[in-house]
Amino acid sequence: MLCLRVSRPPRRSLAVFPWFGLDIGGTLVKLVYFEPKDITAEEEEEEVENLKSIRKYLTSNVAYGSTGIRDVHLELKDLTLCGRKGNLHFIRFPTHDMPAFIQMGSEKHFSSLHTTLCATGGGAYKFEQDFRTMGDLQLCKLDELDCLIKGVLYIDSVGFNGHSECYYFENPTDAERCQKLPFNLENPYPLLLVNIGSGVSILAVYSKENYKRVTGTSLGGGTFFGLCCLLTGCSTFEEALEMASHGDSTKVDKLVRDIYGGDYERFGLPGWAVASSFGNMMSKEKRESVSKEDLAKATLITITNNIGSIARMCALNENINRVVFVGNFLRINTISMRLLAYALDYWSKGQLKALFLEHEGYFGAVGALLELLDSA
Amino acid sequence: MPMRPGEEWVAFKMAERGGRGSGGHGSLDKSITLPPDEIFRNLENAKRFAIDIGGSLTKLAYYSTVQHKVARVRSFDHSGKDIENEPLYEISVQEEITARLHFIKFENTYIETCLDFIKDHLVNTETKVIKATGGGAYKFKDLIEKKLGLKVDKEDVMTCLIKGCNFVLRNIPHEVFAYQKDSDTEFRFQTNHPNIFPYLLVNIGSGVSIVKVETEDKFEWIGGSSIGGGTFWGLGALLTKTKKFDELLQLASKGQHTNVDMLVKDVYGGAYQTLGLSGNLIASSFGKSTTADKEFSKEDMAKSLLHMISNDIGQLACLHAKLHNLDKIYFGGFFIRGHPVTMRTITYSINFFSKGEVQALFLRHEGYLGAIGAFLKGAEQDNPNQYSWGENYAGSSGLMSTSPDVYPMQRTRSGTFDMLEMDRLERPLVNLPLLKDPSAYIPDTVDLTDDAMARKYWLTCFEEALDGVAKRAAASQPDSVDALERAEKFRQKYWNKLQTLRQQPFAYGTLTVRSLLDTREHCLNEFNFPDPYSKVKQKENGIALKCFQSVIESLDSLGWEERQFALVKGLLAGNVFDWGAKAVSDVLESEPQFGFEEAKSKLQERPWLEDSYSQWLERLKEGPPHKCALIFADNSGIDIILGVFPFVRELLSRGTEVILACNSGPALNDVTYSESLIVTERIAAMDPVIQSALREEKLLLVQTGSSSPCLDLSRLDKGLAVLVRERKTDLVIIEGMGRAIHTNYYAALKCESLKLAVIKNSWLADRLGGKIFSVIFKYEVPCK
Repeated sequence: MLCLRVSRPPRRSLAVFPWFGLDIGGTLVKLVYFEPKDITAEEEEEEVENLKSIRKYLTSNVAYGSTGIRDVHLELKDLTLCGRKGNLHFIRFPTHDMPAFIQMGSEKHFSSLHTTLCATGGGAYKFEQDFRTMGDLQLCKLDELDCLIKGVLYIDSVGFNGHSECYYFENPTDAERCQKLPFNLENPYPLLLVNIGSGVSILAVYSKENYKRVTGTSLGGGTFFGLCCLLTGCSTFEEALEMASHGDSTKVDKLVRDIYGGDYERFGLPGWAVASSFGNMMSKEKRESVSKEDLAKATLITITNNIGSIARMCALNENINRVVFVGNFLRINTISMRLLAYALDYWSKGQLKALFLEHEGYFGAVGALLELLDSA
Repeated sequence: MPMRPGEEWVAFKMAERGGRGSGGHGSLDKSITLPPDEIFRNLENAKRFAIDIGGSLTKLAYYSTVQHKVARVRSFDHSGKDIENEPLYEISVQEEITARLHFIKFENTYIETCLDFIKDHLVNTETKVIKATGGGAYKFKDLIEKKLGLKVDKEDVMTCLIKGCNFVLRNIPHEVFAYQKDSDTEFRFQTNHPNIFPYLLVNIGSGVSIVKVETEDKFEWIGGSSIGGGTFWGLGALLTKTKKFDELLQLASKGQHTNVDMLVKDVYGGAYQTLGLSGNLIASSFGKSTTADKEFSKEDMAKSLLHMISNDIGQLACLHAKLHNLDKIYFGGFFIRGHPVTMRTITYSINFFSKGEVQALFLRHEGYLGAIGAFLKGAEQDNPNQYSWGENYAGSSGLMSTSPDVYPMQRTRSGTFDMLEMDRLERPLVNLPLLKDPSAYIPDTVDLTDDAMARKYWLTCFEEALDGVAKRAAASQPDSVDALERAEKFRQKYWNKLQTLRQQPFAYGTLTVRSLLDTREHCLNEFNFPDPYSKVKQKENGIALKCFQSVIESLDSLGWEERQFALVKGLLAGNVFDWGAKAVSDVLESEPQFGFEEAKSKLQERPWLEDSYSQWLERLKEGPPHKCALIFADNSGIDIILGVFPFVRELLSRGTEVILACNSGPALNDVTYSESLIVTERIAAMDPVIQSALREEKLLLVQTGSSSPCLDLSRLDKGLAVLVRERKTDLVIIEGMGRAIHTNYYAALKCESLKLAVIKNSWLADRLGGKIFSVIFKYEVPCK
């Protein structure tokens, strides 16, 4: 693995503060920050002003600039990491604000802290040059899939403030009785890990070190959001999801029953199944009668079903029956999670289980942070 | 094409009715003028109708009988007559009834007019039912029942599709092709594999169905996707405000998806090297349109959508293929139907996701599968599957005939009507059991779709010969009043085919000299010129028979080794007589006395262009006599009588049995099976060796099942194949340019073989590195 350290060696055997892990994706930058809570008076005295100000800035705010957000509800409290006690913070901002972020790092003289900034995701490569020239920072670039798996396994092992990190939906095929329940992922292998960011990567994980990328699809969160922007004029992911929650996709999609009048028994297809996504939109009259909400919902259903379908085929091909879905596409997106749970259960006749993790999109960043600590 | 007086051109007005359809400005009148007998042909005898109504296209199928004129030869009763000045046998033209399947594809907007036309011309009253399939079968049920007075009997869409697919895979050579946009040959046709199962059929209609087909009757829906043609159309219409599917594809072909899609390099700044993912790979479809304040061009969005859907379908198809361990995936449905753009993106996707292990395959008659299947469902009592069928090139439109971006001239000729006709072959056709690897056998030596130079030459060659062929056809029927008119129609039809093939060499599968020759034969038959050479053959056979005994006497006077060489020379010299080759017809027309001896003197001296004569001689000297030789004969007259028969006689004398295979139907001046019977009978009367061999069944005459001047060893009469096996055939002799050079030059057999020909075409001779009248003598022994 490629890991470039800062030119000056750390003063202590342990990595110097601040401890960051950065995951720069196609759409979002995910940043995890470990806030030490066991700082001794001696340390406090030694702590340089820059470091203090960074800590204060990050922990006393929940929003940064106009686009940075700290997911307070995800914060992991009283975590012991490499012998230090503290809280782990989860922060995100759009990738297009990356230059501003680097600028800020430069203004806050981040480089003077002599720390290593571990970064993963495509942006670690794309912005490496900018970090160097604008921020005088040498990035330690890490592979995103390594980080993802490391992060997932770690967070699951420490749990979510006393609760289970992993959960599933019981009775996913029954809207009334469907409920979210904790899942014990103690013996996780083998598992299929489906990471839904802007695009989708699907990994088969056999052990901590043994995994492979099975496939990927370009129909991911970016596709949902991108199409929604074009179809409805919305401008945020939240807005798109909000619209979707009020829409009716059956006005947009052509269902099996629209073609066959009911179930297509010859092939065992239920009437409610979507035969053609956006299929009704071939007709001019129907195009004119649908709402933006309907279109947003149909887009969400289309993308989600497709990911479910590809994941299911991969699980079958790899002979794995547990499928863990992660990635920021699932953030505040109960519709998709339930649909994935339902689709996997229904089409596999109960053979496959869809699992989800509370920290959805942050595992890559967590993995990057862990790399920092390991390498120190 | 101008209307000519005297031609039976009927203005065929088709006005679009009701409010359906394009809704363009002005008149809805979409009238077209076409000769209806060129579309709904042989309707008078039609029975067993089937119809497949899709979202925009209707496919009609019916079975009909065709009355053909055929030339029959019959031996005279010579007893007690002076036969000196009498012809050898009698030729009569008789009517023969053959079965033909007709398939017509047209836009749904013409459905009412077409039904009216059919009603008006339908004479057969036996027909009570029409089989119907496709989504539109429900919608148009009442209309069909009302217009035709037939009961609509609905059949399951997928069952029909698969039945139709099995049928074309089994009966149409070069049905399957791979599509490669960026190569010189866009369409790579595949040879038919003897075993068509199992395969995956991915039907991309509004949604996607993935079906695994294991046997004729066993298939299973193994998956599907809702992201299909309907998604492209529906979502495309929303995004671009473009209403029509074809227009969306047009937009897509002009767009740049990189403006809309987030690529790997947009995320990484370059490639994702650890995974070997190229920077140009799409990371997130529509990933760049995640903004409300930027405008995207229609073309770019359509392109992005096309990629998204094609990639997704390809990925799912590969996942299913992997799970079921299948490597043949056929794609069909309206998303594919003749659209190069979608074939290209699907091909790319399959190649990417299978890492080149699976090939995306397409079918030439994909659009007809449902109609063919529905028809077969209704014709089960006729057992269509027990026969072999052949595509009639004269009556079939060819691939992409109605595609808007290909060859507008042809489009205006046929409007938006596309046709497929299949002739029932009276005998089932099978592989020659001696083929080394039937699945790897390719009959044709040069692929003219591939070789642009050769294509140009041969198309020009056939064009230049056309007037002569038409003239000869007319001259062959001096007593017919309309022979000239029919000859002109033939000329026009074949000329048009050649022009189509210049533009679309892929129209009927791989373009080859064989397919050009076969198309010409089909066109001649179409206009009732079943055998233009019958009289020429009759005369030549008569002349040659007179020389037979003296040729045998002179051969018998030679020593063994001298005789072997003389026999081979005789075979080759006989082969110079070939009315089909231009150079020889020039000589024969101008020097009628050009004789057998002179032909021998024209032959190239040894060493020949391809010369393994010494090995052959060695084999005869050293080895045991062959058990049984199979000989594919070529021309009538001197070739068969003075070339082949002395050779046969020598083989028989050595104790080798001989199966002499001649064409079932006429082609050029090739000797037909029925002619060979008479010729053999006459020779037997003169020659005791032949006579006793016939009596003892050591010389057997069989038919090939073919009417082509070339030879496809994968489609031979079943009776021939059985005999070959029974007699433990261990030598195959193929003679003539058509059978041994244009085809089978590279054919690998399990037993010894001789391929002999004289190259009577200077261009071809030049290609092979020789001169005109160069000799090919190829003796091959299979490697152990």
